[in-house]
Amino acid sequence: MAVKVVRRRELTFWEKLYIPQILWGLKITFTHFFRNLFLHTAHRLGRFKSFPASVTIQYPEELRPLMSRFRSRHRLTLRDDGAPRCVGCMLCETVCPAKCITIVPGEHPDPNIEKYPVRFDIDLGVCVYCGYCVEVCPEDAIRMDTGILDVAAYSREDMRLDIHELMDPGLRKPISHCNLTFPHKCELTGGKMKGSWDTPCP
Amino acid sequence: MMEVLLIKLVLAGIVFFAALNLAGFHTWVERKQSALIQDRIGANRADIFGFRLLGTLHGVADVIKMFSKEDIVPARADKTLHTLAPFFSVFFALAAFAVIPFGDRLILGDRVIELQVAKIDAALLYIFAMLSLEAYGVILAGFASRNNYAILGGLRATAQLISYEIALGFSVLGVIMVYGTMDLAELVRAQGRMIGGWLPLWGIVTQPVAFVVFVTAALAETRRLPFDLPEGESEIIGYFVEYSGMKFGMFFLTDFLETIVVASLSTTLFFGGWQIPYLMPDGFHFPWGGVLLVPNLIYVLLGVASFSIKGLTFCFVFMQLRWTLPRFRYDQLMSLGWKGLFPIAVVNIVVTAVALVFFGKAS
Repeated sequence: MAVKVVRRRELTFWEKLYIPQILWGLKITFTHFFRNLFLHTAHRLGRFKSFPASVTIQYPEELRPLMSRFRSRHRLTLRDDGAPRCVGCMLCETVCPAKCITIVPGEHPDPNIEKYPVRFDIDLGVCVYCGYCVEVCPEDAIRMDTGILDVAAYSREDMRLDIHELMDPGLRKPISHCNLTFPHKCELTGGKMKGSWDTPCP
Repeated sequence: MMEVLLIKLVLAGIVFFAALNLAGFHTWVERKQSALIQDRIGANRADIFGFRLLGTLHGVADVIKMFSKEDIVPARADKTLHTLAPFFSVFFALAAFAVIPFGDRLILGDRVIELQVAKIDAALLYIFAMLSLEAYGVILAGFASRNNYAILGGLRATAQLISYEIALGFSVLGVIMVYGTMDLAELVRAQGRMIGGWLPLWGIVTQPVAFVVFVTAALAETRRLPFDLPEGESEIIGYFVEYSGMKFGMFFLTDFLETIVVASLSTTLFFGGWQIPYLMPDGFHFPWGGVLLVPNLIYVLLGVASFSIKGLTFCFVFMQLRWTLPRFRYDQLMSLGWKGLFPIAVVNIVVTAVALVFFGKAS
């Protein structure tokens, strides 16, 4: 094995003196300090908004811009009448590598539509966010475009999303005013999709 | 007699109030200044009724947190010394403020009040004694914890403080020689005269080398970056590993108090204390001949303001240095102290002595 001798550069006299180097470092920190101080003050006065004073993203209030192909929490798309587009074909449940989707299909009274999901659960504690369910769906019934990243719960059971939560991205348990009778027509509880695509939140 | 006592108590109260509040305020400055340097925003979440006040309330939140935290004393630690150590640190850091003159004589009626808590002839010696004793708190903390890491931190602190104390003392010798006094109030008064009628005879003018040595050694004395070897919270574990709650908070407070002591000491020794250029006790005497008379009260207040501004500027610069420089390695620290600062300080004394023979004493 060849030995490569790496010689450290000898410090010059001025570098050994420390003081010029300290001043050089201070110049950098002072530049940043006063630039940011000026910009923060200017932002308060509503000026120079296009020059950011810090790289911080104030997370809960402000979200990082998401790419349009970013895979976030799932949702079930709706028909015009508010019923889910899902036809209960079980393709997503079959393709899911984590086996986190549980579908119980039922007969649809409308002869034009084959089936509908009586239950459609996704266990987010198990989901690997691979997006296969979205790709395999022939009806465009499931998407991963809610922009919800902060999925959190106090127990494993709470990580399971049922069909109501999947249909209404803003909804969290308990669902009181939504009955499970056919067809699932959830009144959207004002739930908006979080996050945004390619542009940051205001 | 009672009045004298009362005046001293008021003075001590003022100094304590200013020093402790400034130390508390330092937590905010530390957070926000580092944030600005590093393009961040800094702590801004703590609020009272929705008012965040630029994050100043985080200091209050800190204090509440530290007081309400569990105070843990390790089972095998020396309980008395373990409890005593932080009090030791804070006490001597606060006691050092007693001799700092923060203003000129205030004349109230027929009473002349020195704006200095304790008028000691050897004030400089007193300050150095306090600063050294304050190091005992650190050493005690490391020793009494019965923790290997803590005692190593304490040892590093001992080595560092001893080697830098010498450079500190020697750098100040030059100043003492030039002004011929160890009484800080007299020392500041001696800095009020002018060279050639326009250049104030401040310590920085007469002793620039001593100033650099002094500030470096004094920064080492405060145990903050780049000399935070005794602490090194994140990597090399420091002497206060075994401390929690307000006892830890007191060590933190000591750090900030020491910074303020050093800042005011640098101001006093090298930047003319409460002196303002061309301001004599009766008013401004400009070198171009203008004279602006001011009453005694305004003159004293101007002096106090001047002292505060200089001290705060020093605090600001120290903080900036703390967020600019990386930590020294142990051997680098020692060689800087013994092979760098100490010889420079000694040479400075010799040069000063020779210069005094030729130019005469300033006093």
